[in-house]
Amino acid sequence: MTVQAWTFVMVALSFALYIGVAIWARAGTTKEFYVAGGKVSPLTNGLATAADWMSAASFISMAGIISFMGRDGSVYLMGWTGGYVLLALLLAPYLRKFGKYTVPDFVGDRYYSQVARVVAVICAIFVSFTYVAGQMRGVGIVFSRFLDVGITEGVLIGMGIVFFYAVLGGMKGVTYTQVAQYCVLIFAFMVPAIFISMMMTSQPVPQLGFGSTLVDGSGLYLLERLDGLSQQLGFATYTAGSKSTLDLFFITAALMVGTAGLPHVLVRFYTVPTVSGARSSAGWALLFIALLYTTAPAVAAFARTNLLSVIPGLAYAEVPEWFSKWESTGLIKFEDKNGDGHIQYTGPASEVENELTIDRDIIVLANPEIARLPAWVVGLVAAGGLAAALSTAAGLLLVISSAVAHDLLKQTFRPTITEKSELLVARIAAGLAVCVAGYFGINPPGFVAEVVAFAFGLAAASFFPVILLGIFWKRANDKGAIAGMISGIGFTAGYIVYFKFLHPELNSAAHWLFGISPEGIGTLGMLINFAVAITLSLLTAPPPAEVQELVEEIRLPDHIGPAHELSA
Amino acid sequence: MSRDRRHAYWRTNLRYLTVLLLIWFAASFGCGILFVEQLDKIRIGGFGLGFWFAQQGSIYCFVLLIVAYVWLMNRADKKFEARKQEPGV
Repeated sequence: MTVQAWTFVMVALSFALYIGVAIWARAGTTKEFYVAGGKVSPLTNGLATAADWMSAASFISMAGIISFMGRDGSVYLMGWTGGYVLLALLLAPYLRKFGKYTVPDFVGDRYYSQVARVVAVICAIFVSFTYVAGQMRGVGIVFSRFLDVGITEGVLIGMGIVFFYAVLGGMKGVTYTQVAQYCVLIFAFMVPAIFISMMMTSQPVPQLGFGSTLVDGSGLYLLERLDGLSQQLGFATYTAGSKSTLDLFFITAALMVGTAGLPHVLVRFYTVPTVSGARSSAGWALLFIALLYTTAPAVAAFARTNLLSVIPGLAYAEVPEWFSKWESTGLIKFEDKNGDGHIQYTGPASEVENELTIDRDIIVLANPEIARLPAWVVGLVAAGGLAAALSTAAGLLLVISSAVAHDLLKQTFRPTITEKSELLVARIAAGLAVCVAGYFGINPPGFVAEVVAFAFGLAAASFFPVILLGIFWKRANDKGAIAGMISGIGFTAGYIVYFKFLHPELNSAAHWLFGISPEGIGTLGMLINFAVAITLSLLTAPPPAEVQELVEEIRLPDHIGPAHELSA
Repeated sequence: MSRDRRHAYWRTNLRYLTVLLLIWFAASFGCGILFVEQLDKIRIGGFGLGFWFAQQGSIYCFVLLIVAYVWLMNRADKKFEARKQEPGV
């Protein structure tokens, strides 16, 4: 069978699986729609959280980014895993004890303020939409590259699938499809990695393989060879970093704290039955995520070594098949500047002019072809990329839907709404959100690549500080929280917009505040949020006694279920 | 649970949090960023230790830290009987 036939089979099988699961796990009540009835086991929730969290960016782009950044790529590895420690230790158990449906629920009740609730809703919707557009785009790209379907048709198919199980099943359907999607995506990521590790180092565990010696008889360690090749061709040494320590520090912190503040991840911890379950489920989630995240740097090093040993100096007439194939998609561009018919691939430090541009997304998608793995592995990678994008998209769409139906309608504007109508509104909102996300997937705003910094920075600067203070500091009050969220978000958004959209020409270390890049500025935004919230809380009246009691209650894993019903 | 017991439980929790978060900081920001150059002089197989921490070790530490916290808190819950009405999982 051809690569295309295998891809079709793999994608069709995985989609059939998701639809089957969705029909089996339909939601009948709002509680099932928002939090899967609160009856998901910690292990299941860990699997679902891992799929929810790992998006097209983790599956498709991350190994490629590391491949081109070398050691500095660790900001993503540490940033996107270290946040789970904060989640498990500082947020998840207490949110579970609080035990309602959404993150704005917590903010609104803890800070006894509808203004705080609405600010939180706006943050949640904004963060989720920026994220989900990128996922839909990822779906479209996988379809167009592997199955010769146009990006538009690809996005429409993806929308159809997500629509089906998110609108029908709500959180319950999404949880169990995410479990299936995790299995598909991790299998699809590990199989090529293990194959390549065996081929290059004869070590089947990729995590060990990229620290082993090569099988080519040179006796060199793989990383030694990679550093040597990089230097020879004028690239930065792979195992040495080039970013400033301060910037590394701030970017890593922003990604960690942003991870802990993302509403679609936080809400997953409402779905387990107990507080201790919330803790262990964060552990399971990180374990499943770590499997991919410790493999990704190995894939990055293997792919980079392969690329640098095969391509430079190769005659253009003799390029392998995958090269021409990816060239036709525009992700590899070759321009024979010196007209010698050979490909010069060099870094900034070389005297020879570089003639090759390679899109970083190729590293994972083309890896099986570069390593000449069987056709079914290539098909599997396509199914894995789709699983990663669809699972994250579904989680985000639920946040948007519950923000509209629960936080805005039920809690703010129409408290008298019946359970049945609320569920209907939640379904309609999810459906509309799918359409809006699809629209942005087909017509992406010109800054899809930039939204990552945006979403994480905003989550770090808005939710994390107010939730943390809400749990660990009884004295934190409504005025402090509202001013903190607004100042944190305002500062972070302003900084990012200034450098990314208004004055992209100034976006360099010389102009940055303290040398912090827009990717890392969320950390400073978070500190501002903390400072404002603490100062203002101390200057104004302490929260009422029943709120302080609520905090006491949240801290103890006594009896489970909704804590105090506060009249807001 | 009495007020004193509740506070004792909370203080135990805060003590665990402080210690584990210090380790969290040391493994990631410490070994992976601040002292990465110095650690790279120590080699394990093909890895410099700093590079290994930045791309592998810190993640393993994160997993172990959560496992440790789950274990410590389950023990504390039992000791303080904080979960007496909780259904079994």
